[in-house]
Amino acid sequence: MSEQKTIRLVVTRQDGPNENPYKEEFVVPYRKNMNVISAFMEIQRNPVNAEGKKTTPINWESNCLEEVCGACSMIINGRPRQSCTALIDNLEQPIRIEPMNTFPVLRDLIIDRGRMFDALKKVKAWIPIDGSHDLGPGPRQSEEEQQWRYELSKCMTCGVCMEACPNVSGKSSFVGPFAVGQVALMNSHPTGVMRAQERMEALISDGGLQECGNSQNCVRACPKGIPLTKAIGTMNRAATKHMFKKWLNF
Amino acid sequence: MNEKIIIVGGGLAGLAAAMKASETGARVQIFSIVPVKRSHSVCAQGGINGAVNTKGEGDSPWEHFDDSIYGGDFLANQPPVKAMCDAAPGIIYMMDRMGVPFNRTPEGLLDFRRFGGTKHHRTAFAGATTGQQLLYALDEQVRRYEAEGRVEKFEHWEFLSAIIDDEGVCRGITAQDLRTGEIQSFAADAVIMATGGPGIIFGKSTNSVINTGTAASALYQQGAYYANGEFIQVHPTAIPGDDKLRLMSESARGEGGRVWTYDKDGKPWYFLEEMYPAYGNLVPRDIATRAIFKVCVDDKLGVGGENVVFLDLSHKDPHELDVKLGGIIEIYEKFMGEDPRKVPMKIFPAVHYSMGGLWVDYNQMTNIPGLFAAGECEYQYHGANRLGANSLLSAIYGGLVTGPKALEYVRGLKKSSDDISSTVFEAAQKEQADKYDALFKMNGTENPYQIHKELGEWMTDNVTVVRYNDKLQKTDEKIQELMARYQNLNMVDTLRNNNQAAPFTRQLWNMLELARVITLGALNRNESRGAHYKPEFPDRDDENFLKTTKAKWSENGPVLEYEDVDTSLIKPRPRRYDVAKEGGGSK
Repeated sequence: MSEQKTIRLVVTRQDGPNENPYKEEFVVPYRKNMNVISAFMEIQRNPVNAEGKKTTPINWESNCLEEVCGACSMIINGRPRQSCTALIDNLEQPIRIEPMNTFPVLRDLIIDRGRMFDALKKVKAWIPIDGSHDLGPGPRQSEEEQQWRYELSKCMTCGVCMEACPNVSGKSSFVGPFAVGQVALMNSHPTGVMRAQERMEALISDGGLQECGNSQNCVRACPKGIPLTKAIGTMNRAATKHMFKKWLNF
Repeated sequence: MNEKIIIVGGGLAGLAAAMKASETGARVQIFSIVPVKRSHSVCAQGGINGAVNTKGEGDSPWEHFDDSIYGGDFLANQPPVKAMCDAAPGIIYMMDRMGVPFNRTPEGLLDFRRFGGTKHHRTAFAGATTGQQLLYALDEQVRRYEAEGRVEKFEHWEFLSAIIDDEGVCRGITAQDLRTGEIQSFAADAVIMATGGPGIIFGKSTNSVINTGTAASALYQQGAYYANGEFIQVHPTAIPGDDKLRLMSESARGEGGRVWTYDKDGKPWYFLEEMYPAYGNLVPRDIATRAIFKVCVDDKLGVGGENVVFLDLSHKDPHELDVKLGGIIEIYEKFMGEDPRKVPMKIFPAVHYSMGGLWVDYNQMTNIPGLFAAGECEYQYHGANRLGANSLLSAIYGGLVTGPKALEYVRGLKKSSDDISSTVFEAAQKEQADKYDALFKMNGTENPYQIHKELGEWMTDNVTVVRYNDKLQKTDEKIQELMARYQNLNMVDTLRNNNQAAPFTRQLWNMLELARVITLGALNRNESRGAHYKPEFPDRDDENFLKTTKAKWSENGPVLEYEDVDTSLIKPRPRRYDVAKEGGGSK
């Protein structure tokens, strides 16, 4: 009888928002094509830890399991990322899994990313159309413009850039790299640009662009390869122009 | 103007309904299990259909309508489908105005590509993540209304039941805050369900984790009809995984991808092109799926003797692939570790979409007054098989129609929800809270995730591509066995804060109830039509089964009724894809 191959996981758990974190180790049978989430699913079906003691299944957020919804962010072997694309075969063991604790931890790997959605409101990340009634086709755009906008528009609000950024923390008010990318996206649309100044105002207010320390961690961490530093550079130049214009009109 | 509308679900249908209802003057509350931006609509890849005819091919909304009815094997009521196809070009333009980064032609116009079941370039697309891009645009518009205080969101809340008053009218919902576990009643003058499909009943599918069908099933158990449950679309091209089956969009074939395996002599065999010369790789999904199944399961000609065939893009220009199909190329690379620009992808069919759902009338209202439904959770637009890129359309169209229809209903009401006695709401809250508390007292030996796994395996093996009556019967018996074992569950997590096991256990029961509807609907339909295929009854039988299945809940299991299909616009004709489709009349 051959010995069955197994996977070792060390998960940082927490029973509630105000409880202390603790580590729990699991051993899970190995199968082909597994990712971190299928290992968690195995634990759900057999909630026993490495010491053989009964425990509760791990609580985590996930949904699409193909890296388009942004739900399943966590820190895996020290790196913030999506857990659905964290394939077991590519990870060093024991696999260390922690919540992205730049955000408030609610339980186990569940975090509260509400501040990201608030930031989208703050920077008015939408195209201000007159209404959803039939007004005919939208403005023409070149293939080049579309491709730039599409890259920016892939942002899933997953929070990985926030976790990676040294200037985002529970204490700082920095809206974060993703929000700058969203302003670049909206301001590059022929209709969106009509309200570019409003978004720019939001972006130079408290917690805005000036908080970026140019560590460039965001662009390296982004699971979708969004050109965040390029967007930040573009917005920085636009902000300078905006301030200069304001000063002239003062 | 104080009408209050609750929308359950924040995917394309829910957000479109929210936007429209809000613009029409209603106070809107949206309830969603996940932040609406993470809804399953993000998984839609290939595009959205609308006959704009910018390629000079003579396309028209009527042609789109005929393709959709023909593709659905004539099971859909025709007037709503026609209205949807007529509205489609306007919907694409509206989404374009909202900033969706649709791919462009050199002239700066919207680009369109081909999809299955049609001869026309009719599908607008944003790379291969069109659903994500459409959802984000609606999410942004609804966020704008939220910032203005016109829409209120309840994210991380789960719908539990409709609140139905003594007159049988829907007056609100009960829901649970999944963060704290708290259960509350919410009053509303109308409720719109937009909760998506039930793919998770099949265990692994292309669906997201939240697509359990739990809300639709809860309503079915409260007396709503569930229609055409047996019509489950199995998508021909997905990549097998341990946690889910990941979709490889039909747009891969729309952009020239070819499906093949090795024949008996070891030569490449492009079997779809050979079997269906008129449509080739772009036959509708039910046809392609059955062909792949036959080649792998019956003929044992899958690649390497396994249940896989090739989906090949390696002959295409890599730059064009990045621009038009980047999203799925990336998924394949990340999960399979191979580059589809260079080597053919290995794929196999996977459960993908439910054509069936809550029964609704032409105003999108269920048989419970005040309770509406839109998107995949209702049954109205796709008949026995959905054409690719019609789901994004039906989701958005359904939402756009339902918002104003619900408001119209509310404005005709004699009593508003404010006039309903508070005892109705208190009783509903208490019933759900008691049920939830009871889950925590379960101290048997069974594990809910294990029962779910067994359910998924049985459903996938017996109630998908090829269906036999004896196996369907056994599956129904198995589901009842699982229902009995459910009573002996153990609650694996007893904390109340952010508990995921208890809500899952509640959803599991609803999945079991709905699984019986799907299975018995299939057992009773002794014909083959669209996605429903029985070798014992290989032909379509219009005389007996040109009918909508309507399941009604009873203590002894689903009771099935049948309703005639409205074929007032196009006369049913035989459906085949080896030769070009004959015209279905023209307007």
